[in-house]
Amino acid sequence: MSDAKNVQALRERYIRKEMFPTIFCNGCGHGTAMDYVFHAIDELGLDLSQMAFASGIGCSSRIPGYINADGLHTTHGRALAFATGIKGANPDLNVVVFSGDGDCVGIGGNHFIHAARRNVDMTVILLNNYIYGMTGGQQAPTAPVGSFASTAPYGIIEQPFNVCEVAKALGAAYVARWPVSYPSQPIKSIKDALSHEGFSLVEMMSPCPTAFGRRNRKGDIKKLWQWYDDKYIMIEDYERIMEFGTEEEQEKAQDMILIGVFQDEHKPGFYAEYGRLIENLMKKDDAKWAGGG
Amino acid sequence: MKYERDPERIRKVLGDKVQFIQGDMAVSYGAVLAGCSFFGGYPITPASEVAEGIARLLPRVGGTFIQMEDEIAGIASAIGGAWSGAKAMTATSGPGFSLMMENYGYAMMTETPVVIANVQRTGPSTGQPTLGAQGDMMQVRWGTHGDAEAIAVAPSTVQESLDLTIEAFNLSEKYRHPVCVMTDGEVGHLREKVVIPEEDEITLIDRVPATIEREKYIPFTNSQTRDSKVPDFANFGTGYATYVTGLTHNKKGLPATDKQADHEELLTRLITKITDDREALEMVEEVELEDAEVAFITHGASARPAESAVALARAKGIKAGLLRLQIVWPFPRSAIARLSKQVNTIIVPEMCLGQIVHPIKEFADPDCKIVMAPKVGGEMHLPVELVEIIEKEAK
Repeated sequence: MSDAKNVQALRERYIRKEMFPTIFCNGCGHGTAMDYVFHAIDELGLDLSQMAFASGIGCSSRIPGYINADGLHTTHGRALAFATGIKGANPDLNVVVFSGDGDCVGIGGNHFIHAARRNVDMTVILLNNYIYGMTGGQQAPTAPVGSFASTAPYGIIEQPFNVCEVAKALGAAYVARWPVSYPSQPIKSIKDALSHEGFSLVEMMSPCPTAFGRRNRKGDIKKLWQWYDDKYIMIEDYERIMEFGTEEEQEKAQDMILIGVFQDEHKPGFYAEYGRLIENLMKKDDAKWAGGG
Repeated sequence: MKYERDPERIRKVLGDKVQFIQGDMAVSYGAVLAGCSFFGGYPITPASEVAEGIARLLPRVGGTFIQMEDEIAGIASAIGGAWSGAKAMTATSGPGFSLMMENYGYAMMTETPVVIANVQRTGPSTGQPTLGAQGDMMQVRWGTHGDAEAIAVAPSTVQESLDLTIEAFNLSEKYRHPVCVMTDGEVGHLREKVVIPEEDEITLIDRVPATIEREKYIPFTNSQTRDSKVPDFANFGTGYATYVTGLTHNKKGLPATDKQADHEELLTRLITKITDDREALEMVEEVELEDAEVAFITHGASARPAESAVALARAKGIKAGLLRLQIVWPFPRSAIARLSKQVNTIIVPEMCLGQIVHPIKEFADPDCKIVMAPKVGGEMHLPVELVEIIEKEAK
């Protein structure tokens, strides 16, 4: 367990001080999510020098810069593809990707799909704030129908991208979604993700008061965070309502944000399989050559 | 599994010392010999055989091949692999090369050694997928946004596809820069004899690893251990906590995006680390140039009919020669300038509407006549066509 219980002590241990203060606005959930990752790393006792952090472009993609470890701040949407190479060339590294919803499943959707499908060994912390925050509030692929963005001034009419359901369908090893406003479950989930073989996804619901809240008239920071908190429902509760609930309850549940662990499967990650393939090929060659073949 | 280069295993896996193989396959042989241990690629005609060769060979020598979901991911994974220590590569052709342009620039900005083979086909767009061309020679130089320097080699034969791929890895490691092997559908699909070089016949250059203590390491500045503008490289996982960004960054690698001077300082080093060595980076082959009065300047597949045309013209009593560019970028300015003072006319056969002819015009003596000899549509020049141009110019 962690011997650095308070956030300040954790930050001392893990942050790259010269990068502070962060670019995050007041009321943004990203810094909290970063703290949860520090807690998880600390509680697992991971060696930061044997971790590599990758990201794309956007507010959440700045997080690797704040961590005192190797970090690759890449191009928009491509972090998972870069991370696939980082892990491939040094499978000993524990590879973590920070990505936003626009970065990961908007421009980067195809990489997300294929990294999950391949079950590449990495942990993706996807910070979903329903908006393109850094560029000033444009429409995100995860945003709920009817919400507003600078490029959706009359309301969004598109179906949102359900990140966890897609990852689950693709056979990702570990998939969970948690709010940044719940401290303990996300830390446990991130710990599980970091120690899980294969592709692990923890989607964190991270409010963006500046770009999403303001444009959608959700009030001040406190009201926005409350709006989110009122929408969360545990997967188990949702399933119970859908099976036994009244019509009214079921209708209300449809509008909620499901949280919890969507998938937790133990199966070999891509590079474990690839390592075995190399080993077998080399053995076969050695045997062939020893036999004078 | 961590890769370790094993010269003996590599040669056993490659097989016979003398083989009859395609240019694309020779690129994959060169990569394996150079110690490439990570390849991320995506199939595309006429480059697929590079990935196919690598897919077959690389795991048997302990390296990793992944067919990524697209070319953007191909180069991205290679860059990621380079940061955790691999000599890394991708291969593609025109449409895929266009998709790679953003991350090509990212590799320049982040000083990442990576090799990109572009087996050129005609364009724009889907063009003629199976037919060779040389129309990406300006894209490799200018295709990514912003100011940058490029390093590109151009093989004319299957043997050279192997040799120059090794050279490309060496240059990328030496300068910490993406290096392109600009081959084409003709050389790529051509079958010729190759001789696999022995270990003592090749030179391999590895990035200079960071060895200074962590607190003193400055990741994006002149080397702290040598007289060089190329910084020492800290592979991920070696404890240096390097932060790498495509944003304009200071010497520590941290974003510095709002000051003119920061950008200019970074850009100047990124470019001059290569251009300071411009002379050393001139790699050309001279054919019958001693007494030449008219010369071809070209590269890659086009050099083959040009060389035949030189012989045909000489048989007719015309003092013709050929300057073949093996490294096209940085552009061999002095070789061009020297030759243009010697000959009256320079003819530039290219399998496109004329690309390297423009820097030739820029660096040639103004009194030397520069003649374009373009050919498009996926066909190579016929030697007789080139002789006709020489005869016309000789009149």
